Order: sequence, then structure tokens, then C-alpha cells
Amino acid sequence: MEAQGPPQLALPDLAARRSRLLGDSSRRGVVLSTASTVVVLAVLLAVFLLAPGSAQVRHTFLNPADMWKAFVGDPKAGYYSVGEALWLNIRMFVVAEVLILIVGLVVAVIRQSTGPVLLPLRVVTTIYVDVARGVPLILIIFALGYGLPALQLTVISDQSAAVYGVAALVLSYSAYVSEVYRAGISGVHRSQVAAARSLGLSQSSSMRYVILPQAIRNIIPPLLNDFISLQKDTALVGLLGSIEANKAAELFSDTVFNYSSYVVAAILFLILTIPLARFTDHLIRRDQARRLAGAGQ
Amino acid sequence: MTEHKTDRTSSADALRIQGLRKSFGAQEVLGGIDLSVAQHEVICLIGASGSGKSTLLRCVNLLERIDAGSVWLDGQLITARGVDENLVRRHVGIVFQSFNLFPHMTVERNVTLAPMKVLGLSREEAAARAAELLGRFGLAEKRADYPDRLSGGQQQRVAIVRALAMRPRLMLLDEVTSALDPELVADVLDVIRELAMRGMTMLIATHEMGFAREVASRVCFLADGQIAEQAPPAQLFSEPSDERTRRFLRRITDAGRL
Ligand SMILES: Nc1ncnc2c1ncn2[C@@H]1O[C@H](COP(=O)(O)OP(=O)(O)O)[C@@H](O)[C@H]1O
Ligand SMILES: [Mg+2]
Repeated sequence: MEAQGPPQLALPDLAARRSRLLGDSSRRGVVLSTASTVVVLAVLLAVFLLAPGSAQVRHTFLNPADMWKAFVGDPKAGYYSVGEALWLNIRMFVVAEVLILIVGLVVAVIRQSTGPVLLPLRVVTTIYVDVARGVPLILIIFALGYGLPALQLTVISDQSAAVYGVAALVLSYSAYVSEVYRAGISGVHRSQVAAARSLGLSQSSSMRYVILPQAIRNIIPPLLNDFISLQKDTALVGLLGSIEANKAAELFSDTVFNYSSYVVAAILFLILTIPLARFTDHLIRRDQARRLAGAGQ
Repeated sequence: MTEHKTDRTSSADALRIQGLRKSFGAQEVLGGIDLSVAQHEVICLIGASGSGKSTLLRCVNLLERIDAGSVWLDGQLITARGVDENLVRRHVGIVFQSFNLFPHMTVERNVTLAPMKVLGLSREEAAARAAELLGRFGLAEKRADYPDRLSGGQQQRVAIVRALAMRPRLMLLDEVTSALDPELVADVLDVIRELAMRGMTMLIATHEMGFAREVASRVCFLADGQIAEQAPPAQLFSEPSDERTRRFLRRITDAGRL
């Protein structure tokens, strides 16, 4: 279509047209996209503010005074600080994440093994992954949180709800993460195994020094994705009675009959997850750039 | 280097292969290979693509399990039950057509990994060994680079150095120049030439007929799962006795590769 234009139709014109089509970062493009974003947001805001029940909703969910009360808490009045409760989510998340990375790796390596000696373990881990991925997390939380105490075993039955919650998160997420590891391991070129073994490296040394480092580099973005959802799934442990952020918000709303506490919890979870999401995106982009650079050589 | 405890007569061939058979499913790729390689000999394996050159080399390195036959390395039966394949592989270096190097490690780490983890050398000993070899093959200044910063030819030379760092008794080279741009081939062939001059025993699968003619003590032509013909290069290239060899060489000549 450009070929039909007169030849003296200068290059800048073509370039401008192309930049508009591609939406790249010409000044005009920036102005346009900013404007369109503002318009869309303004429309949404107007709809929200003009809705018949708007005032009611704003009072129940977005009341600044209640949000602040929920954030700082008042144990004497019967509710706890949502902000402080988030600290339990963070601790559960960190402990669960470390355990998930280890358990998931062990399961993946076992499932990837070939020797006849490990066959029984391979069967067990395969069943585990199928079951743990198939059962909803909330049921696993209930099963461990109510089932283990009911068994009346020493130690095992005497833990806090948070411990059962973390155990349930580890049980469920390790299955997913082991599959991520497995995809990463099988994504490493087959000849790398041959190259490693041909140097006399044992199967486990090959795995440790050659295959896993390459596999893990490739799966960092999907792993981080799983951890973003793990961060918010720690809220489910509140179902067992642990005072984590979501449970604290619930106590507030039960006491004060105002739901602004849930918005506080939501904002706090966003503050946790958004940086991780941005970081994941950053890694993916950097990886793509590196791949492009590598392919150019 | 660790020495085998068993006695070996000094007259033992570096490599002896007898009646080696290998099938993939119903397809028999090697149907009874017999081959002896004396110490310091350089054998070139030629043959059409798919004739089983790679498979033969991989069998010698125990990367493939053979179906029948025997392989001796320096007089030791390495295809017997219970032989530690990792121990055998310490003594047999192999370099493939491509994807040899570990992309997440520097050149130096590529070269020192196996000497450290397999032979138990200290970091310093392994680094000294790597520095000496990299220097000898003109790769000294690439020591700290990652493989993706090297040209294909440099990568293959590092792969050869990495195998040499294990001080192997036998080197297997599987078309190490086939994936290279033409202008990079010569440097890699120079390295192999030098190894031949220093007396390294080698089994080389190659499409470089000119090179085979120059360095080989013997050329083996693989066809239909067998060594159809083997002879010194001068003889095999000028007066091939087997009809299949003649046809193969004619095709190569027509393609301008001889
Ligand atoms: N792992 C494998 N599984 C199945 N078939 C294979 C495998 N490796 C090689 N082959 C087959 O064996 C034959 C010989 O292959 P190869 O040894 O690579 O030949 P060459 O190196 O002479 O080109 C080919 O037909 C190839 O498809
Ligand atoms: Mg081949």
C-alpha cells in the first residue's frame, strides 16, 4: 500500500504512520494512551459514584475511619489489627515457600529418575502429584486442620492452626511446583546429559551441576507466578481460626458491622503481590532480550 | 590418572570391537562391527548419513547399551556386566557435533568441572590443567567467557580441550566440524591434527574426506551396519574395492567435497 504513494512521499511520513500503527513510544503515542486511560478511569469512577447505592457502598466498604480502625486494631473491642495479622501471612508464606521449593524438587527428581530401584518411589510420587493437584486446596486445609488434631497423636495433633495451614499449602503447592521443575528439567537439551555423562560425571552429579542449574534458570518466572498465588492463598488458613489478615478483617466486620476491613486486607495483599508480579515480568523481559541477543550471534 | 589394577600387556590394542550389534526397535543400525585400533592410531569413520557412525562412537563410550558383542579398552572388557561406566568414561573422551558445552558455565568451569568432580583434583590443580590446555590451543583469553560469546569453532575447540583435561587414552570425535561455518572448520581441524601428531589414539567420524586422507592411519567405510571396507587412506580413496565405497565416494566427489 505504501508502494502506491508517490515516490517523493518522504520517509518521515512513513515512519510516523508506522509508529502510530505499532503504538510505539512516539510522543503522540504517549499522549494518546495517557488520555485514553484517563477517560476510561473517569467513566468507571463516574459509574461507581452515580450508582444508586454508591453512598451506601462507600460507607460500608471504603469508610476511611473504619479502614484506619481495622488497620490498627483494638483487641479490647474484640478485633485485631489487620496490618499486624498480615505478618502471620508473611511468615506462613516464607516458610511454605522454602519447603515447597525443596519438596517440589525432590518429587521432580524422583519422577525424572530411571533406575529400577526408585520405581516404588516413582509410583508414590506420581499418585501424590495427581491427588494433590486434583483436590481443592481448601479441602486439604480442612483435612489437615481438623483431621490431624482429631487423631490425638503426640506432637502431630498438638500444633497450631497456622502449622496445619502451612502443611496444607506445602502439600498442595509442592505438587504443582514439582511439575514446573519437571518441565524445566525436560526442557534442557538432551545432549547436555550426554555431554555430562560422557565426561564421567555420575547421574546425580550431572543433575546437580549441569541439568538443574539450567532447568532452574528457565523456570524462575513460572515459579514466581506460583508464589504470587501462594501469597494470597495464605488467607485460606484463616478458615482454621488463625488470625491472619483475612481473619482479622472478618473479626472486625463481625464486631463493627463494617466491611472496610476487607478492603484494607485486599490492599495489603496487593502491596505484597504487585512487587513480585512486576519482578516476574522484569525477569521474563530480560530473558527474552537475552534470547534475542543470543539468537543474533 | 588412575591406573587399572588389572595387568595389561603393552601389546594390547587401544580399542578392540568384536561382533558389536545395536538396534533401535526393529531397525538394526550396527549388525556386527569388528574393529581394532592400535595405540596411537587415528581411524576415520566415513559413511552416508544414518549409516551408524554416531551410534558406534556412542557405544564405545557406553552412552548406548549394546545388544551383542564386546568392546575392550586397553585390553579390558568394558561391555561386561558390572563394569562402572563412569570409570570407563574417564578414559574415553568424546566430542559431539554440537551442544557440547555447558552454557551456564564459563569456559574454565566447563573444563575444570569433570577433573574436579570426577578425578578429585583441587580447584587449583584443575585450573592449572585447564590453563595449560587452553593456552596450547589458543583459547587462553577466552577462559572467563561464557560459551555463547564464542564462535562455533572456538566452542568446538573448548569441547575438545574439556575432553583432554581428563587425560583420556582414547578420543572419539563425532563430526565435530559438520555444524560449523566453512571458515571456522580449519582451526578445529588444526587442533585434531596436533593431537594426532602428539600420538593421541582417535576414532573420528567425519565428512571431511581431505582431512581423513591426511591424518588417518586407516579409513573405515560404514555401510549396511558393517564396516564394508577398511584400508589406509591412500588405498581406500584411490582404489576402493567395495562397490558401495565407490558409489559413496563418487557421490562425495560430485558434491565437490573431495
Ligand atoms: N536414540 C535413537 N533412537 C532411535 N533411532 C536412532 C537413535 N539414534 C540413532 N538412531 C537411528 O540410527 C541410525 C544411525 O544413526 P547415526 O548413528 O546417527 O548415523 P550417522 O552418525 O552415521 O549419521 C539412523 O537411522 C538413526 O535414525
Ligand atoms: Mg552422526
